[in-house]
Amino acid sequence: MKTEKTTTSRQGKEGLAAEVASLLVKNIRDYAMYIALAVIFLIFSIATNGLFVSSRNLINLVNQTGYVAVLAIGMTLILIIKHIDLSIGFVAGFLGAVAAILLMNGWNVWIVIPVVLLCGVLVGVYQGFLVTKIKVPAFVTTLAGMFMFRGLLSMVTAGTGTIIVRDRTFLQLSNGYIPDLPWGANLDFHLLTLIVGIGLVFAMIYSQVKHRQSLKRYDFETTSMSIFVIKQAALSILIMVVTWIMATYRGIPWTAVIVSVVLLIYNFMLTKTRFGRHIYAIGGNAEAAELSGIKVNRVTFLVFASMGLMAALGGMLYTSRLASATPTAGLGFELDAIASSYIGGVSVGGGVGRVTNTIVGALVIMSLTNGMNLLGVDISFQYVVKGAIFILAVAFDVFTRKRGNA
Amino acid sequence: MAKDLILEMRNITKEFPGVKALDRVTFEVERGEIHCLVGENGAGKSTLMKVLSGVYPFGSYEGEIVLNGKVQEFRHISDSERQGIAIIYQELALFPELPVYENIFMGNEIVNGRVIDWNETKVRAAKMLKRVGLNVDPSTKIKELGVGQRQLVEIAKALSKDVDLLILDEPTAALNEEDSENLLNLLRELKSQGVTCIMISHKLKEIVAIADTITVLRDGCVVTSLDAKEHKIEEQEIIKHMVGREIENIYPAREVTVGDIAFEVKNWTAVDRASGREILHNVNLNVRKGEIVGLAGLMGAGRTELALSLFGNVPGYDIRSGEVYLNGKRVEFKHPADAISAGMSYVTEDRKGNGLILIQDVKFNVTVSALEKLVHQLVVNENEEITVANEYRESFDIRTPSVQTPTGTLSGGNQQKTSLAKSLFSEPSLVILDEPTRGIDVGAKFEIYSLMNQLVARGMSIIMISSELLEVLGMSDRIYIMSEGTITGEIDAEDATEEKVMAMATKTVEEAV
Repeated sequence: MKTEKTTTSRQGKEGLAAEVASLLVKNIRDYAMYIALAVIFLIFSIATNGLFVSSRNLINLVNQTGYVAVLAIGMTLILIIKHIDLSIGFVAGFLGAVAAILLMNGWNVWIVIPVVLLCGVLVGVYQGFLVTKIKVPAFVTTLAGMFMFRGLLSMVTAGTGTIIVRDRTFLQLSNGYIPDLPWGANLDFHLLTLIVGIGLVFAMIYSQVKHRQSLKRYDFETTSMSIFVIKQAALSILIMVVTWIMATYRGIPWTAVIVSVVLLIYNFMLTKTRFGRHIYAIGGNAEAAELSGIKVNRVTFLVFASMGLMAALGGMLYTSRLASATPTAGLGFELDAIASSYIGGVSVGGGVGRVTNTIVGALVIMSLTNGMNLLGVDISFQYVVKGAIFILAVAFDVFTRKRGNA
Repeated sequence: MAKDLILEMRNITKEFPGVKALDRVTFEVERGEIHCLVGENGAGKSTLMKVLSGVYPFGSYEGEIVLNGKVQEFRHISDSERQGIAIIYQELALFPELPVYENIFMGNEIVNGRVIDWNETKVRAAKMLKRVGLNVDPSTKIKELGVGQRQLVEIAKALSKDVDLLILDEPTAALNEEDSENLLNLLRELKSQGVTCIMISHKLKEIVAIADTITVLRDGCVVTSLDAKEHKIEEQEIIKHMVGREIENIYPAREVTVGDIAFEVKNWTAVDRASGREILHNVNLNVRKGEIVGLAGLMGAGRTELALSLFGNVPGYDIRSGEVYLNGKRVEFKHPADAISAGMSYVTEDRKGNGLILIQDVKFNVTVSALEKLVHQLVVNENEEITVANEYRESFDIRTPSVQTPTGTLSGGNQQKTSLAKSLFSEPSLVILDEPTRGIDVGAKFEIYSLMNQLVARGMSIIMISSELLEVLGMSDRIYIMSEGTITGEIDAEDATEEKVMAMATKTVEEAV
């Protein structure tokens, strides 16, 4: 371990290339999704003559990804503890419709949002109860849920058909942008967005340096200094490019803010808290977790409740995005969420996965959708492509993990 | 006189990335003998057998395998099976929901045209069972059989394929003394029928009793091959070759003054809800401060069930009666979490199955059951975690590249030390160790015993469940013996002998009451 550190810093350029190669091989699973994302971006940019990477479309992509991203975050936890939730598509669709109906009936938006979120938690509690107390397998529980909520969605939209949402605040969720600072009024870019972007870069570098220092302190393996600097520079540039695109357009979309907050909370919970450790422990070996004093049933129950909460949020983001609730909203969302998680590196065997990577997985899935829509690819064929990408991602995951264990 | 060799493995070298698992191993087996292969964990025994059986295909190793005078190139297990080699692994490969006869002929079905001839299958299965001395109905489902009986079914399965060379990987590891003895007798019987056996084992007593030849491996090399036909080989001699040094006393001595009663169980009776069967009957026992209490008994006597029912009633039994006192206070544990926070911990007999989280690293496992000790304002302090894990790594001599290494990659002994560290991180006053040295080598055993001595010296109490009588006798201050879910005897270690303990372990409930 120690020798590796000293040799890498001593080897010059050749050593750097070798280290990059070895990093790639070792972490192929983690890098694969970034590579996939880059390839998708490249292909669609060429195929659409640059339309795909226009500011307008990229912002569009962010807004479209919002609902899948929050669903996928909830799903990641479910998959880590080796369960599944097939119902979330129509739970999201149904709760989105509930929000639309309440708004139509003149409820205040600030009451509607918490009420719908609470409904989502209740759905999760109900399914969690069946899974943990009655011991009905999650697959069966949520398959039944899928039918029930599909039916409920049809019922509540039966009289009116599509329900139009007119509440301005609610529409802001997936179509609005954060306001600018008063001093930014005369600039031709969004000042607050730029400030946030620069702040993010500093925060990232600070936390990475701190992390690296603590790795060094305990003599753990670290990458060489040059790799570290290159990585930070690349990420900083990426953040600044994205920031600039948003700043010169209309600023940061509210969707991005909402997803970021959810992501921050879940990432903190998973990586820093006891609850997060317990989730990974259960996914790794539920029996061992139980004998280690972890209340497996309670954690499982809470994870399902959180899934319900995310389904409600996702449903509202989608309704806001379309400015309406439709009888077919939610169709296939669960697949997008599951695919995002697996593409983002959740293990099919459980116990492994990060919500930060899941977001990248969601971007992969939604870039595909977005790009194919731009190209006017038939929706039927889109399903085929998405299914193929999904199974490729999982097969790749299984393959690389098997190799890693051998 | 030239030996009649059934098998010769010549200059076998097998490398894994970064490790030479076998280094020019030459291994010869005479026809019709029982050949024991011993060595510490990681010495290369299992690797050698995997090379032989084709698990590691031809080309992935160097050297030659000569079977019955012909050079073999096994590319798959089925190739070696066709040549009359059968291997029985430590983890049995039977289907619990299927009947015995189907298991015996699984993958080797008796067909009549294109359909399976079930009648013939049952008749042949009955014959095979008779040959291995297993007196059960061939239609019994595997899940209804005990571990020892399952082992016999595995052997029957191997025999049904007309084997000449039977390889057994730690066949008695999970068996009690009685079943082990039966198995050894069966091997002797097979030998008289002309079957050659290679047996991997950690139990030196058995090896001494049964082996014709003993080959000792150490660090991927053959240290020696001892001829046990002419004169008896002493256990000490084998140990000396295994570890490369002499271990004077396997059970380290300790001087601890035993204190007051720390843990007491009174009239503990538990019923399995699903079957309605009484699993534990009126169990009474106590452990003093600084005391190691052995819990002996045969497989299925209810020792693990007792431990689990006390440790938060994990199996969800219906506790019909009983009281538990920890440090003088009456306690009731509804979940292992309650037991752990009250100062009790349990180290499972199955560290891979329900002990460690193998995909997680050493530090994760060490701290998982008492994370609250590392939590400050919601956040698990990772620096503290690493420090703690490193402390255990040093004091327990857990051999791992770092505390960030997944526990699945560690050897059995180091996994066991990690399990022990995990159970101690919650600062228990009572530790239940369930088969603490199963499947680990002599050197690591000694280290585990020394650790146990350190723990009681610090005032902890230990209940040690063990199926190895010598270990129970060697390590305990006092021994309880269980049979059929109840305590059939209690004896001070000074007065205990193998015979006495065995006699109590084979008592039935009626005799005990």
